[in-house]
Amino acid sequence: MKIIVCVKQVPDTSGKVAVNPDGTLNRASMAAITNPDDLNAVEAALVLKEQTGAELIVVSMGPPPAEGMLREVMARGVDRAILVSAREFGGSDTYATSQILAAAIDKIGVEKDDIVMCGRQAIDGDTAQVGPQIAEKLGLPQVSYAAEITKEGDTITVKRMLEDGYMTIKVKTPCLITCIKELNTPRYMSVGGIYECYSKPYEIFDYNTLKDHPFIDKDTIGLSGSPTNILTSFTPPQKGAGMMLEGADKATCEQLAGILAKKHMI
Amino acid sequence: MDFHLSKEQEMVRKMYREFAETEVKPLAEEIDEEERFPMETVEKMAKLGMMGIYFPKEYGGAGGDVLSYAMCVEELAKVCGTTAVIVSAHTSLCCAPIFEHGTEEQKKKYLPDLLSGKKIGAFGLTEPNAGTDASGQQTTAVKNENGDWVLNGSKCFITNGTVAETFVVFAMTDKKLGNHGISAFIVEKSFPGFSTGKHEKKMGIRGSSTCDLIFEDCIVPKENLLGQEGKGFKIAMMTLDGGRIGIAAQALGLGEGAINEAVKYTQERVQFKKRLSQFQNTQFQLADMHTRMQAAQYLVYAAAMKKQNHESYSMDAAMAKLFAAESASDVTRRAVQLFGGYGYTREYPVERMMRDAKITEIYEGTSEVQRMVIAKYMGVK
Amino acid sequence: MSTFNSSDVAAFKGGVWVFCEQRQGTMMPTSFELISEGRKLADELDTKLYGILLGDGIEGIAKELGGYGADGVYVCDHPLLKNYTTDGYTKVICDVIAEYKPEIMLIGATNIGRDLGPRCAARLHTGLCADCTHLDVEMSIYKDFLKENSTLAPERIEATSHAMVLGEKHDVSRDLKMTRPAFGGHLMASIICPRFRPAMATVRPGVMKKAAFDQAKADACEIIKPNFELTEADMQTEVVEVVKAAKKLVDLIGADVVVSVGRGISKDVEGGIKLAEELAEVLGGVVGGSRATIDSGWLSADHQVGQTGKTVHPKIYVALGISGAIQHKAGMQDSECIIAVNKNDTAPIFEIADYGICGDLFKVTPLLIEAIKAAKAAK
Repeated sequence: MKIIVCVKQVPDTSGKVAVNPDGTLNRASMAAITNPDDLNAVEAALVLKEQTGAELIVVSMGPPPAEGMLREVMARGVDRAILVSAREFGGSDTYATSQILAAAIDKIGVEKDDIVMCGRQAIDGDTAQVGPQIAEKLGLPQVSYAAEITKEGDTITVKRMLEDGYMTIKVKTPCLITCIKELNTPRYMSVGGIYECYSKPYEIFDYNTLKDHPFIDKDTIGLSGSPTNILTSFTPPQKGAGMMLEGADKATCEQLAGILAKKHMI
Repeated sequence: MDFHLSKEQEMVRKMYREFAETEVKPLAEEIDEEERFPMETVEKMAKLGMMGIYFPKEYGGAGGDVLSYAMCVEELAKVCGTTAVIVSAHTSLCCAPIFEHGTEEQKKKYLPDLLSGKKIGAFGLTEPNAGTDASGQQTTAVKNENGDWVLNGSKCFITNGTVAETFVVFAMTDKKLGNHGISAFIVEKSFPGFSTGKHEKKMGIRGSSTCDLIFEDCIVPKENLLGQEGKGFKIAMMTLDGGRIGIAAQALGLGEGAINEAVKYTQERVQFKKRLSQFQNTQFQLADMHTRMQAAQYLVYAAAMKKQNHESYSMDAAMAKLFAAESASDVTRRAVQLFGGYGYTREYPVERMMRDAKITEIYEGTSEVQRMVIAKYMGVK
Repeated sequence: MSTFNSSDVAAFKGGVWVFCEQRQGTMMPTSFELISEGRKLADELDTKLYGILLGDGIEGIAKELGGYGADGVYVCDHPLLKNYTTDGYTKVICDVIAEYKPEIMLIGATNIGRDLGPRCAARLHTGLCADCTHLDVEMSIYKDFLKENSTLAPERIEATSHAMVLGEKHDVSRDLKMTRPAFGGHLMASIICPRFRPAMATVRPGVMKKAAFDQAKADACEIIKPNFELTEADMQTEVVEVVKAAKKLVDLIGADVVVSVGRGISKDVEGGIKLAEELAEVLGGVVGGSRATIDSGWLSADHQVGQTGKTVHPKIYVALGISGAIQHKAGMQDSECIIAVNKNDTAPIFEIADYGICGDLFKVTPLLIEAIKAAKAAK
């Protein structure tokens, strides 16, 4: 049994985000982190590994420096890592990205007992599309928004969150599950794991590794294989500053209540 | 000289930092206020290998290095001096002497539980009348008819005392021989005749447990003699050399933590219509504080790397502790001053850091002892 | 599906479609919002607007969609479509799309829509833009939107008439311009899908305005029942149960007044929330929270306002002890009137607040509650 987890290195958008004058993101100014939801997927996979002894593999698509992130994931207990990285893969939208990742996962091989896991969405694009699109391309059933996962034999039961409740869904392996933060609390790297992670197997799948896979074609990968194009990107204008009221006492609050009453807001 | 950390060291520091920020910092104020030992934090650290960082995996350690241990204590101390000293005393004063001086049987018996953090370790050297002058040990160990040792006497100011289950304890086995009559023992909490005494109320590191150890005809099996009979003083001094790296790292973290708080606060606080950070006094103060702690960091890391490489490091550890401790006291005091009245209140963490920093000039060899050690190694007589 | 070719753009003359999500036979509010928005797009394209509704025994709720602007509704009724399943819904929708070839397909970006959309787009081999907050076809309207809502220079706005697509200059005047926030709301991007159809978008719930209901239009709404095949063999997942949350979820999106708390309540979490509840009650609103309050477990996730939470535009938004991180602003900055109370006078929330009070929320809020009560009583 194998569990293949897709992870992505993303700029940390929770801190200061710098935008270049041309409206693109200044990635160099931001810390690179492992996408938070992906860590929930890794944690869920680690728990399943502890229960079943499954082999745990992480796959990421990105530039070579993403190795650092993959090593960190291995320091949490993942067995091996694969970085999918090539100039030809650049400029891919979610369709083309899922095409390439599906090819990479297919090359690793998804067998009867295996599970593919993803975070629900990445904090840079917030699309939540790559997981389901990988599932479609690999012909796997998918369950997204997983908040609880239990496995009995080849049947996986997932608590799938909705805005107003949840669904309980049963699915058989092989399948793809996307994970949300309510699923678990990701563990820290351990000291022992850190001192082992650079001796664990680490591979790069470049263009040559994947080029013969039927999914890989100039019409399905990279910029030319992306159905969507960015027309423009821009920063929203700041809303004009309002009015700071003097003081913070009874009179101030009465002044504010007066304004709201005058504007018929209360 | 290579001033670069290895990839593993960079990664492990990141982990310590996340752990400290998320798990340790939120408890720091509470455990100080309530003088409560943070057992829940120890359990979490144990799972991550932080209670046995630089020891080999075959004994249950994490397989890291001495520098990564020093960085752990440093990162913990940035947010909580108490948590830092728990790790330092456990690692340097209990795990290290057993690892370095123990027999294979002793190592196999005691290290797995200690290094995995299942049990906490402590060190009993100081006595009411044998502080800086550790040679004046009054605790005695006498062989009984079975060849086991019978300990009598008491120890004081023992860090981790009430929570530890394994102790490295020193006692006089032959008074006539002075220093050469001191021996080291591994004592379990459960040994008959062993008890812990009064809990000290302290100025700082208030969540750390500090108490007396009392030996009343305490039977220690003969196989628990650590090292050779009469070599106890040497073991104690060697252990303290290593311990000083831990305390130096604790001081380093306290100073750095205070700087972090001061940088943040002075950029927020406005007086005379300017942020405090815009005043040249603030900038100069912070520049001096940072420079001191950076210098301390180099000394601490150099000592740790020498220990890792099995080079002689006694003088380096003494210099690191002396400078880091005095710098931490100075820097935390200046941080309180930059905060003004707020800094003096418990609303902000800098007063706690100032209280915590003071002890680093005192325990595991006062600053005066460090100067004695340094001068001795300089050949100044 | 077999002869379907998504790149034959000219063949897609089936109008604008909206996936109308229902749960347990009740239409999701976002379906009405999207029909209202879809009407606008269909008019700009001079084409028709259709809803597509899947379920079991749901024909009765279809015509209401006409009241918000749908010309017709494709109703796919089948026992296997009772509950949402990725497999069943994807198969039926893709098969019907292949048959009728809509130009645009809009889906509400609910947890279900965001499961369904990408799966359909991958099967149809077309582009999908996630979680859109603004949609345009008509170029002049789009440019006006950019003028008002971006910091782009006029020449760059002008340049959006064309895009470089596979190295060629492409006129985007008939393409759907799908605008969405990225990078936690720091950046907006307009996406097009020039080479494939349908152009697909999931649209953030609560963002598009629902039109006024028109009963005459509802009565005139055409019901179309497309042919489709669906069998047990198509279903790879089994829905064991669907559970509605036992506790009442906070309806932040529909609220006229939202009183949100942030990290500023940390010194007395319960007291802070209680004050917010009291203020919300006086104002007739609900309580929300910043991400920090949800991450700390002070409030449950359904209270979260912001980029990763809900987008609200109430008449009054009160921010108590919220510094105003950009993620939070992304979810509330379009509120009509923003009132901020924060003890730090440099907090970014004051940059967007209509009225700011620099002070301790624990002192100011009780005074504000009293003042509002008094003002209401005086009316």
